Amino acid sequence: MPSITREEVAHLARLARIELSDDELDHLAPQLDQIIGLVAQVSDVAAEDIPPTSHALPLSNVMRKDENVACLTPEQALSGAPASEQQRFRVPRILTEEG
Amino acid sequence: MSDLTRKTAVELSELMTSGETSSVEITQAHLDRISATDTAVHAFLHVDTEGALAQAAAVDARRAKGEELGPLAGVPLALKDVLTQDGVPTTAGSRILEGWKPPYDSTVVKRLKAAGIVILGKTNMDEFAMGSSTENSAYGPTHNPWDLARIPGGSGGGSSAAISAYQAPLAIGTDTGGSIRQPAAFTGTVGVKPTYGGTSRYGLIALASSLDTPGPCARTTLDAALLHEVIAGHDPMDSTSIDQPIPPIVEAARRGDVNGLRVGVVKELGGEGYQPGVEARFHEAVELLTKLGAEVVEVSCPHFQYALPAYYLILPSEASSNLAKFDAMRFGLRVGDDGENDAEQVMRLTREAGFGDEVKRRIMLGTHALSSGYYDAYYGQAQKVRTLIARDFTNAFEQVDVLVSPATPTTAFAIGDRVNDPIAMYKNDLCTIPSNLAGNAAASFPVGLADEDGLPVGFHVMAPVMRDDLLYQVGAALESALADQWGGVLMSKAPELEVTR
Repeated sequence: MPSITREEVAHLARLARIELSDDELDHLAPQLDQIIGLVAQVSDVAAEDIPPTSHALPLSNVMRKDENVACLTPEQALSGAPASEQQRFRVPRILTEEG
Repeated sequence: MSDLTRKTAVELSELMTSGETSSVEITQAHLDRISATDTAVHAFLHVDTEGALAQAAAVDARRAKGEELGPLAGVPLALKDVLTQDGVPTTAGSRILEGWKPPYDSTVVKRLKAAGIVILGKTNMDEFAMGSSTENSAYGPTHNPWDLARIPGGSGGGSSAAISAYQAPLAIGTDTGGSIRQPAAFTGTVGVKPTYGGTSRYGLIALASSLDTPGPCARTTLDAALLHEVIAGHDPMDSTSIDQPIPPIVEAARRGDVNGLRVGVVKELGGEGYQPGVEARFHEAVELLTKLGAEVVEVSCPHFQYALPAYYLILPSEASSNLAKFDAMRFGLRVGDDGENDAEQVMRLTREAGFGDEVKRRIMLGTHALSSGYYDAYYGQAQKVRTLIARDFTNAFEQVDVLVSPATPTTAFAIGDRVNDPIAMYKNDLCTIPSNLAGNAAASFPVGLADEDGLPVGFHVMAPVMRDDLLYQVGAALESALADQWGGVLMSKAPELEVTR
């Protein structure tokens, strides 16, 4: 089973939208490598014909009745937002100067 | 009146019913105890003094009017900080949610309030329930009241420590891989993971949606059963909630009879790596069950040894998806929004500042396990192992009524001992994880102190799906027999905490 390099951990951090410092990469990369070594054992166990179980319960789609019920007010929904404006979430710009 | 904080929930209820005390008096006694001991223990992240006293006064008023109240009405409770409570700060032990006040109650909280249970505050936990020690809380660790230099277990260390420090008679935890049962074992208390889907996850800040299960923590089996009954039952707000009647858990806890019960000792959950004192207390408890009339046999669950690696692939995969919502846009922390950074940079900076090491480790592990080229080898294989573990349980429950093992391989370890060794930390959940993967009910009951260090040992019982009553039957039988030996529950042997006034 392949191990994981410091560069791959930096790539994963970018995919996961987490900025990691060099120090963090130094200590997280070997730990992740060790953990991946442990979890890779699963590859040796299950044969082709074993069906996967994705959930503890057999899931079926649950639909509620289509009826009006009380819900959060806009003020309540926005109450935990870092910033809001005109009853909307105010978020940082998406485009940079370069577009 | 003797110290109200030493009473069980059942005793407190009786005192209120007979008019000897009120919920306000009981609540105040527990609030005083928190303020006298929590500098040392740090079980709470937020104490809701005003809200708790108002809830208590409301219950007293209802009682005075002659209203018929539930058996736990007026009894105080500590709530794990992962469950939303309207208007009360909820952080899941993370900086990323610091200061956030949910605008709604989780179903568990709604049911607690409807039963007249008084919520004292929110308890400390490993960040987003990731951990086995409560050292991963962004707000500092909780200390084990049995020995303040040791961890109380995790992730629900705050809830179990609150109970064992006599700060609350009842608490709510959540169990994803053992986060109720492992802290219960380390603090000499009772902790129950109900059947997955037997208690609602609505309003629970999700770690791994297919594993998370809210459940009761208490000092006695009957107290835990009464609390379990309050929070259990179908919830239309949770699509994974089981729409079936709750088994007779309170009756089982009152009966506590194991005569004729078939008990299976799991062969794979013992032996090498287990602390001698833990093994000794476990075997004594098994012998005790035999004396009480249970039929004990050894049962093999060959795939349990792969539960740990499967869990540490499935959990991070689900967590990496569930925690994507903490993106600095809709709630909680936002870092770097100074006009210089675009939205993606703000997300990265916020998640860097808001998440601790364990959360980062698991999100990246999950991202890796789900990424192209690795999905089948990791996540897909782990889900197949889950099938094999579920089959092991099915086969075992054809031979026996319940399975048993030690709850943890060791007693509570020292704070700081395993923080830099995640694998050693993960191995602590060896015995508890299979039940989360299969969804069946499980619990830890205190069965004595290890000879080496004088710390509590937990006895782990696993029952089939929706047979949570069997857990209480075994727990109550052990508790009653052991209380005769000890002159009370195990908690009565805990050292006195130094109080600050």
